[in-house]
Amino acid sequence: MRYLCLIYDEEKKLASMPKSESDAFMGEYFTFTDGIKKSGHHLGGEALQPVHTATTVRVRNGKMSTTDGPFAETKEQLGGYYLINARDLNDAIQVASRIPSARLGSVEVRPIMEFDQQ
Amino acid sequence: MREDAADQVRELVDAVYRSDSRRVLATLIRLLGDFDLAEEALQDAFTAALEGWPVDGVPANPRAWLISAGRFKAIDGIRRRARFDIASRTRAAQFDGGVAGFVEMDDAVEDDRLRLIFTCCHPALPPDAQVALTLREVCGLTTEEIARAFLTQPPTLAQRIVRAKAKIRDARIPYEVPTREDLPSRLDAVLQVVYLVFNEGYSASSGTSLTRHDLSTEAIRLGRLLVELLPEPEAVGLLALMLLHESRRAARTTPAGALVLLEEQDRSQWNRDQIVEGTALVERALMSRRFGPYSLQAAIAAVHAEAPVAAATDWAQIVGLYDVLFRADPSPVVELNRAVAVAMRDGPAAGLALIDAILARGELTDYHLAHSARADLCRRLGKQAEAATAYRKALDLSRQDPERRYLERRLRDIGTSI
Repeated sequence: MRYLCLIYDEEKKLASMPKSESDAFMGEYFTFTDGIKKSGHHLGGEALQPVHTATTVRVRNGKMSTTDGPFAETKEQLGGYYLINARDLNDAIQVASRIPSARLGSVEVRPIMEFDQQ
Repeated sequence: MREDAADQVRELVDAVYRSDSRRVLATLIRLLGDFDLAEEALQDAFTAALEGWPVDGVPANPRAWLISAGRFKAIDGIRRRARFDIASRTRAAQFDGGVAGFVEMDDAVEDDRLRLIFTCCHPALPPDAQVALTLREVCGLTTEEIARAFLTQPPTLAQRIVRAKAKIRDARIPYEVPTREDLPSRLDAVLQVVYLVFNEGYSASSGTSLTRHDLSTEAIRLGRLLVELLPEPEAVGLLALMLLHESRRAARTTPAGALVLLEEQDRSQWNRDQIVEGTALVERALMSRRFGPYSLQAAIAAVHAEAPVAAATDWAQIVGLYDVLFRADPSPVVELNRAVAVAMRDGPAAGLALIDAILARGELTDYHLAHSARADLCRRLGKQAEAATAYRKALDLSRQDPERRYLERRLRDIGTSI
């Protein structure tokens, strides 16, 4: 079954990290990604540009409006994601708990909706 | 005569339902992979027993019979529906492949009950849903009974259960006993649910009566089941704690429903059997050297239980146990209780200093028991005005009628003595 692991980080905290620390943090991400590729969990994943680059689009009564960013006032922002293949939720939680940001921010695990195809 | 025989079978089926329906359900959930399907199959199996057993005789192993009847009915139903829709067709195909060759082994079936408990108490479910689902599926309480116990509307509670089952299915929460490395944290979640159920029964958080006996009984039953299936020290400790608290039930309230404090309780009313059993369990948990907060709280309850009169309580030992407990569980509520024990050992002034320090940190400002404990110590020190203020503060924060009546009585007593 497929799960999307949404990674929420505190951008401020990441931005204020000394270079040596953020290099080590990125290194952990590379190791983690290699690990889940080898274990067969990995289906995809990307890091996102900071939240100030985001735009939210809504259409109401046929009129489109765009606004700056999602919830700029919240502490943690969506910073990236992994799409993984896991046996069940426990397996997915195991993988998610090893994502480096789980220690600093949080990771939301969402099962992918599978539509029956005839 | 045939009528009599049919009545006898009906009684037997009822008895089997009471003793075994939860085990049968636990196994059916594993075999069918779905809570709702398994519940339907369980009802079908018992209906089949009511119809079949009077004619064919009672099977040698009723539980195994019910499991295979339930499984058969469910698969049959899926096949019939499969003629009409595609999703059921894939499901029917799955069952034709896998489940047919299952062997009923006692180990696997005992494990099913644990699987059911761990699934209902999965940390991915919200805490109130864990409680509701456990009482519904593991204890077999009806939705109405659970709603009544928690003073909730049945539709609200039913929805909580439906959502939890949907999450188990859609997020695929596995039906399994956690691996060794996950066990400690997952067991904590289960013990937490049992403790919540017991606490709601022991000291109802709101409403007109102080205790709800049914919930305590269910919690103790769950605790026993857990100790039987998974005798981990903290599970043993929790069962001990519940039995030792429960032993004082009769003495905790007057016939009119007023609260009686520990030091004023008629100790001859304490349930000796529960104390003996609870104390033996505490010793067993402590001997393991892998005990935690539940075992330590049980040990404290055991020290109270062994004192023939309140004045004979070994407060030094209780303070010592609170010190250990505070290291294991450094919460302000534990600190508050320790302060009360210190007051009993070293006098009210020592306890009051500790409580004031806790309140000064602002953590227990809205906790009514902190203010009533403070009021009590002020009263003993002769600080009547301060005591009255603290009792009033506690009264503002308490939402439980007997507790409120007790505080009002204390306030009146002070009022007359000033």
